[in-house]
Order: sequence, then structure tokens, then C-alpha cells
Amino acid sequence: MTATSRVVMDAQAIDRALTRVAHEILERNKGTADLVLVGVRSRGVHLAERLRAKIRAIEDTDLPMGIIDITLYRDDLSRSGQQPEVKGTHIGFPIDDQRVVLVDDVLYTGRTVRAALDALIDFGRPRNVQLVVLVDRGHRELPVRADYVGKNLPTAQEEVVHVSLQECDGEDEVVIADAGGA
Amino acid sequence: MPFPHRHLLGLDGLGCDELTFLLDTAASFKEISERDIKKVPTLRGKTVISLFYEASTRTRASFEIAAKRMSADFVSLTAASSSATKGETLLDTARNLGAMRPDALILRHPASGAAQFLAARLDCAVINAGDGAHEHPTQALLDALTIRERKGRIEGLTVAIVGDVLHSRVARSNLFALQRLGATVRLVGPPTLLPPELRDWAECTSDLRAGVRDADVVMMLRIQLERQGKHFFPSLDEYARYFCLTQAVLVDAKPDVIIMHPGPLNRGVEIASDVADGPYSVIMDQVTNGIAVRMAVLYLLASQPRSALELVADPLGSATGAQPAVAAVRARRRSR
Repeated sequence: MTATSRVVMDAQAIDRALTRVAHEILERNKGTADLVLVGVRSRGVHLAERLRAKIRAIEDTDLPMGIIDITLYRDDLSRSGQQPEVKGTHIGFPIDDQRVVLVDDVLYTGRTVRAALDALIDFGRPRNVQLVVLVDRGHRELPVRADYVGKNLPTAQEEVVHVSLQECDGEDEVVIADAGGA
Repeated sequence: MPFPHRHLLGLDGLGCDELTFLLDTAASFKEISERDIKKVPTLRGKTVISLFYEASTRTRASFEIAAKRMSADFVSLTAASSSATKGETLLDTARNLGAMRPDALILRHPASGAAQFLAARLDCAVINAGDGAHEHPTQALLDALTIRERKGRIEGLTVAIVGDVLHSRVARSNLFALQRLGATVRLVGPPTLLPPELRDWAECTSDLRAGVRDADVVMMLRIQLERQGKHFFPSLDEYARYFCLTQAVLVDAKPDVIIMHPGPLNRGVEIASDVADGPYSVIMDQVTNGIAVRMAVLYLLASQPRSALELVADPLGSATGAQPAVAAVRARRRSR
């Protein structure tokens, strides 16, 4: 990391935030009935797995969990000049009439969530969809909001937010950096 | 960019990484065909034209279904119902179709090199769906995907390709791809149907039992009845006696051998019915995987914006350079 980046959440802060969000999910839904988790590739999947473990510890119930790959639903495919790798969607249970908790790492423009909602709706008609994000950094370009937020992080648009997770990056950390600084 | 090509003309020349990337991408698309709503919006607003100068059931239907599951607009033309019957040349037909601004053109043609010829002259992506006795890349990709699914790997396997190798574009594409992915390929057929130039590429034999011995995969080729009559073998009966894949021949293969065939089957000529329909047969898996492979190819080639295409140098379709390069130079001049 260069001098222009700073850590805004460490491993402990991330864990505490997820513990609180797990309790909030259970409180708002009054338990785990008809509740399913869907993680957005790739870091959203790891976060969803952690929430699943926390909910298991609290309620002694394993929630069904799915994975969504939004690549095929992106609105910038024919503008980006390259084709992002497709890793596939796996939702092994019907989502009709379920309360779907969608999990992603950073909420920024809202375009990823828009794509994820489109992808989700192709699998059925959930009773409702609730959004969990670890970090909400603002600067929405679409009318999207999160139901559960790990941390609200005011940022400038030219700044970059990096979420590192043990499962894929070897450490738990949220870092904010100047563009090109990380 | 993991797949920096503008066209898919053949598999000869593609690297192991690129082939693996194509297979991985295809594998991730399989799930879409299992959904209730078998459609993703990825190629919305893209136009794909298929132009077939030879008969086809599987390939044409497969490309059309693949394009539609990706939400592309699809136009299907066959030589029999096109102006080719009025004497229009391939190039004229293709130029006219090109003027309608498709994003991809899928071509099947009896002349080897037809796809390459058009790729050099059109500014859309060209996908070879079989050109003469040259290549049929999407068939070999779906074969490779099927093998990988069934065996968990391709590297280290022994694959026997049996039959009319001389006329088979399927054999050529598979030979290039499977060898590049680490398999050992044997070519089996009557001496008249084993092209001498391929003897440098792979082990060749005219003894079916020897060719099949200890094979992990036996890939049968169709006797191309429409290309026969030139006395490559005395009669279909005699061919069947020596080269028909029967249960008796399979005894010498690995116990978990899989049997493949690109279709259409000549039952009783190159493959016995009880083998084609038997427990080792993965012929229907091949057809299912064809959709995913073609979705992946369309995703990688048709989703690219034109502006990006013009600047991509393509080692496969090296002749493609001319027009896009001119366009790129013009664009640069304009921007000054």
C-alpha cells in the first residue's frame, strides 16, 4: 500500500459489522423462515458464507445459499471492449416466495445490484429481496439502497475502495485509496 | 483479454490456455439451459446470421438456440433458400449480408478455407461451422468439453479417432485441440482414408482392434456417403466388416471407455446400434454441450464493440487486418 491509502476497517471491525448485520437480518425477518442467502461473485459469496455461519451460530439453522454471477447481465459489456470471465450462477433451490438476502461487498453506483436483481428475477419471483453490503461508499447512479450496511463510508468519486477477504486475498481489510494508489 | 481473437476459424494455432478458457467459459454457460427461463440478456441488440451451404441439423439448430438463449437476434439462411441458387457468389452474398451490419456470421461451406476467406473481407466476427475437410472448431470444443466432464481431465488420455479421417474436419479440429490439451491421439481407418500428411501428427493404424486397445475415448467419424463414390473402399459392407465399432471390438478398450460420434449416425456402417445407444455412449451429452460451447463462442466474439474490434490484431485470422487497419487509421486521422 502506498502512503495515499488508509485502512478503514480491520479484521475485527469487519467481523463485528457482520455479526451485527446477522442479528439485524434475523430481527427484521423475525427468524429464518423462508430466508435464503445469495452472494454476488466473488467477494459477496464469501461474505454470504460468513453470514450463514453467524446465523447458524445464533439460530442453529443452515440457510440455503446461492451464488450469482452478474457478468451476463452487465450494462457495459459492449462498451468495455473485453469480455469478463464468466464463472457461473448456482442457485440450487427455488426462490419463489422466499425472502432473498442478496450480499455484496461494496455498494457504489448501484449498477451491480441492478444486474444482480435482473439475474435473480430470471430464477423466479421472490417474496422480497433485501440487500446486504459490507461498505456503502455513496455516488449512486441508480435508485438503489441497501437494507443492511456494514459501514457507511463517505468517499470522493476518484477514490478507490478495496475490500480484501481472508478467503481470496489472505487478509480481512477495507482500504480506501487515491485512484491508482493501491 | 483472455481470448484476444476476432474470429473462430479453427483450433489449429490456439494455445492450451485459450482452449481451456473457452472450455471453462462454456462450462459456466451450461446452467442457463437448465433454468426454467433459458435466457440471459447478454447479447441483446446483437445480430447473428448463420449461412449454411451444406445440410445440417445439429450445428444449425445448436447455434440458433445458443444465440437465442443469449438474446441475440438470429437470422438463418441456407444455400437452398438463398440467392446462391440464382448464381450469386459466396463473396457477393456475404458482402450483402455484411452490409446489414451483423455482429457475427456463422458459415458452413463445402470449400476448405471459406471462413478464412470471408473473415478477411467482412468486418463482423466470422465463426467457422465447418469448411470442407478443414476444421469444425465448435464441434471439437464440445467434444473436448464432454471428455473433460466425463473423465475430469484431458491431459494423459488416449483418444482413438476412427473412420473417414481424410474427409473429416471434425477429426482435424479434434486432433489439434486434444493434442494441445495433452491427450494422445490415434487415427484409425482404411489406408485410403488416412491422409499421409497427418502421419507426422499422430499415430495411424488401419487395425481397428489395435487402434481401440486401451483407449479412454473412442471417437467415431461418419462415413461421408455424399463424398464417397470415389472408391476409397470397395463397399459399405466391407467397410463395416473392418471398421464398424461393435461391442466385440470394445472389449479391448479401457473398461470406462466413452464412445463419441459427431452425428449424424450411419447405424450399422461405422457404429453398431447397441454401441451408439449403449452405456458407454456420450453422444447425447455432446449435443447438450454443443449449446454451451456455442453460447460461449458467441459471448466471446459477438459481444465486442466494433471500436474495440478494429484495433485488435488477430493471429488467427491474420488476413483480417486489411480493412480494420484502414478503419483504425481513418479513425486516428479524424481524431487529430
